Amino acid sequence: MTIVLQSLLGGALIGASAAGLILLNGRIAGISGILAGATWARPQAWQWAFLAGLIATGVAASLAGHPAAAALREQTFWRLALAGLLVGLGTRLSGGCTSGHGVCGLANLSPRSLVAVITFMGVAGLVVYATRHLGLLAQL
Amino acid sequence: MIALKILTAALFGVLFGVGLLISGMTDPARVLAFLDVAGAWNPALALVMGAAVIVAAPAYAYVRRKGVDALGEPVALPNRFRINIPLVAGAAIFGLGWGLSGLCPGPSLVVLGQDAEKAGVFVVALVVGAWIVSFARRSGCPPSA
Repeated sequence: MTIVLQSLLGGALIGASAAGLILLNGRIAGISGILAGATWARPQAWQWAFLAGLIATGVAASLAGHPAAAALREQTFWRLALAGLLVGLGTRLSGGCTSGHGVCGLANLSPRSLVAVITFMGVAGLVVYATRHLGLLAQL
Repeated sequence: MIALKILTAALFGVLFGVGLLISGMTDPARVLAFLDVAGAWNPALALVMGAAVIVAAPAYAYVRRKGVDALGEPVALPNRFRINIPLVAGAAIFGLGWGLSGLCPGPSLVVLGQDAEKAGVFVVALVVGAWIVSFARRSGCPPSA
């Protein structure tokens, strides 16, 4: 399967999940929000069910002989820890991530989500430029 | 009804995860290749997001117009027009972490099932980061985005 077909098919499944969750559960498929909700004061069963489904696909992939990508395994502890912390802070502050603002917000024709998407893609692009082409943070 | 909704949530979680795996978005290399405009740019992430948005848009249009989900229960969608400093600053901070690792929350949970040791570091730090904002909000510090 070519990368174009993988992208379109995988993307359609992600969209179908987001459509199903808003139609049948009345909930937004924003992973940072679901994860933050599940680990804060009043967790809800549906949040943990959704997260368990997500994690289960990784377990199934691993058992079927598809381990995590090398680009994950090669990262240092400190890079993963710093990146995770920044993603947690940023997504809570802005109220969404690639799924909440990216998929669901754009599907809802939200200018607010469009601003978030342009901002996080732009900043992430600058970070990749700085690390890959300017050699910054090479030790991290 | 509640048990049924827990079941559908789990199934939609599986569907989301399968979509991320098939589209290759669980591989930080593919995500970083999209962000690396000055290098060997790979637009795959834009195709994934575009396809997802097109498929989800009719469902959102329905709920937005009717104010209810398919079962007739009221749904309050988030404000679409409030653009403020927490929104932009938060998205920028998220972008720093995303560009550093090639991981965002959805894929990080799928890879947690593949490599708990590595992805666990990211996910635990993510939850701690979210807690810091939640604690600060409780004392009224950063306004909601």
